[in-house]
Amino acid sequence: MSESDQDNTFTPSAVQSEMPFAVVEGKPYTSMPTDLYIPPDALEVILEAFEGPLDLLLYLIRRQNLDILNIPIQEITKQYVEYIELMHQMNFELAAEYLVMAAMLAEIKSRMLLPTLHDDEEMEEDPRAELIRRLQEYERFKQAAEDIDGLPRLERDVWVAEVYVEHKAEQQEWVEIDLKDLVMAFKEVMARADLKISHAIEREVLSVRDRMTLVLDRLLQNKTVRFESLFNVKEGRQGVLVSFLAILELLKAHTIELVQNEPFGSIYLQTSTANTSGD
Amino acid sequence: MELKQIKNIVEAALMASDEPLQNKQLLDLFPDEELTGNDINQVLNELEQEYQDRGIELKRLAKGYRLQTRESVQPWLQHLWDKKPRKLSRALLETLALIAYRQPITRGEIEDIRGVAVSSKIIHHMMDQEWIRVLGYRDVPGKPAMLGTTNTFLDYFNLSSLRDLPSLAAIKDMETLEPELAFESNDPSPIDAEQATDDDHEVRAAQTERHEPSDELPDPENESTENAS
Repeated sequence: MSESDQDNTFTPSAVQSEMPFAVVEGKPYTSMPTDLYIPPDALEVILEAFEGPLDLLLYLIRRQNLDILNIPIQEITKQYVEYIELMHQMNFELAAEYLVMAAMLAEIKSRMLLPTLHDDEEMEEDPRAELIRRLQEYERFKQAAEDIDGLPRLERDVWVAEVYVEHKAEQQEWVEIDLKDLVMAFKEVMARADLKISHAIEREVLSVRDRMTLVLDRLLQNKTVRFESLFNVKEGRQGVLVSFLAILELLKAHTIELVQNEPFGSIYLQTSTANTSGD
Repeated sequence: MELKQIKNIVEAALMASDEPLQNKQLLDLFPDEELTGNDINQVLNELEQEYQDRGIELKRLAKGYRLQTRESVQPWLQHLWDKKPRKLSRALLETLALIAYRQPITRGEIEDIRGVAVSSKIIHHMMDQEWIRVLGYRDVPGKPAMLGTTNTFLDYFNLSSLRDLPSLAAIKDMETLEPELAFESNDPSPIDAEQATDDDHEVRAAQTERHEPSDELPDPENESTENAS
C-alpha cells in the first residue's frame, strides 16, 4: 500500500479539505508521518497485540535489530511518542502506563543530555540502566510465557486416556416431584388412617411445631426418610394431618426437600443442604 | 497374585480414573496382597516400557501417574472435535509465567515486571482453573496475597514438578557492560558487538542460568502433600 493510499484510508477529510488531521506539539500534520516503521494502517491491529509499554518498546527495539544494551534513546523515544500521539488521535483509550513510560523516556533523554563527570572512581550510572533492566526482565518472562504456551497441554495436545467403565459410580438420579404426587401420597396415608377411625382416640393436642422438630430429628439420624414412615396411622386423621402440616411447613421454609427415585416411586425427605445428586 | 495380573489391574485402574493416580492409591487396590510400593513401581515401569511405541503413554505428573494420548498423535485426534482448542491470551500466559517462576509473588510485583495492571479477570480465571492459589499474605501494609502455582497447573501443562519448567533466559549483565556504554555513540564498542551477535538461544542455554528456576522455587516434593487428600 502506498503512502497516498494510507492517507485516503485514514483521513479522507484531510485529503479533501487539507485540514490538519493531527496537531503534534502545536504543529499541524496534513499527512501521516513517513518515518514510521510500521505502516499506520497496521496500527490498529498491532496495538491490540501489545501487552503494555514495555512490550511496545521491545517491539520497536527488536524490529530494528537494535542492541537492547545500547538503545539509541532519542530515536526510540521519538518513535514511541509518535505511536502514543497516533493512538491518541485514533481515539484509543490509552492506558496510563503508556504515558508514564513516555515521561520516563523523556526523563532519560534529558538526563543523557546533561554533562557527566568523567571520574574513573565513581562512574555515574547510565540513565538507561533501569529501563534496560526492566526491558530485559520483561523480555525473559515474555519468552517464558511463550515457553509455557509451548508445553504439551491437557485438552490441547494430550488427552487423558480413558476406558468406559460400567457402574463407575452408582449415581442416584433424584426426580423432582410435584404437589400432586405429594397429595396422592397423603391420600393413601389418610385412607389407612380412616381404617382406624372407629377407634376411640384420646384427644391430645398435637402441635405442628412439635412434629416439625420430630421430622427434623428423624432427618438428623437418616439422610433420607421415607414419606410414609413419618406418619403413625394410630394417631388417626388428626395426627396424620399434623404430620403432613409439619412437612409442608418445613418445605415452605426450604428446610427439607422431597425427592423420588423414579416416577411413581416412594417419596423421600431429605434436608435441603444435602447433596441432591446423591453419592 | 502374579505380577502379570497386578499389572493388568494397575493398567485398568489408570484407564478407569480421570485423575492421575499415585503409587499409594494403586497399592491400596490390593489390600489382601503383600505388595510394596516397589512392586507397584516395577509394574509401572513395565507398563511404561510396553507403551513405548504406542499412541498412548504412561506419564508421571505432579499428582501421580496418568495414561494419556501422545502429543504426536494430536494432529489426527483434532479431527474428532469440531472446535479448535481455546488459546490462552498473552496477558494470561505472562502472568502465569511470572507466578510459576517467581512464586510466591504478589500482584504488585507482577505489575512491576509487566509494566501494566494485572487483570482481576485473569487472576480469577486461573483461580477457578485451580492453576494458582494464595500461598499466604505478605506482612506489609495492605497485606497483599502471595500467589503460587498448584499441582493441577503442573498436571495440566504435563509437568511432574516445577523443575521441569523451561529454563529462564539469562539477563545480560549490565554491571560488566556499563563502562563500555558510550553515551550517544553510534559505533558499538567491541563488547557491544559481541553481545549483539549473541543468539537468543545461546543465551538461553547459558549454563550459569540453567538451574535458576529450580533454585528460586520451593521444593516441589513438599507440595505434593497438598493435593494428596
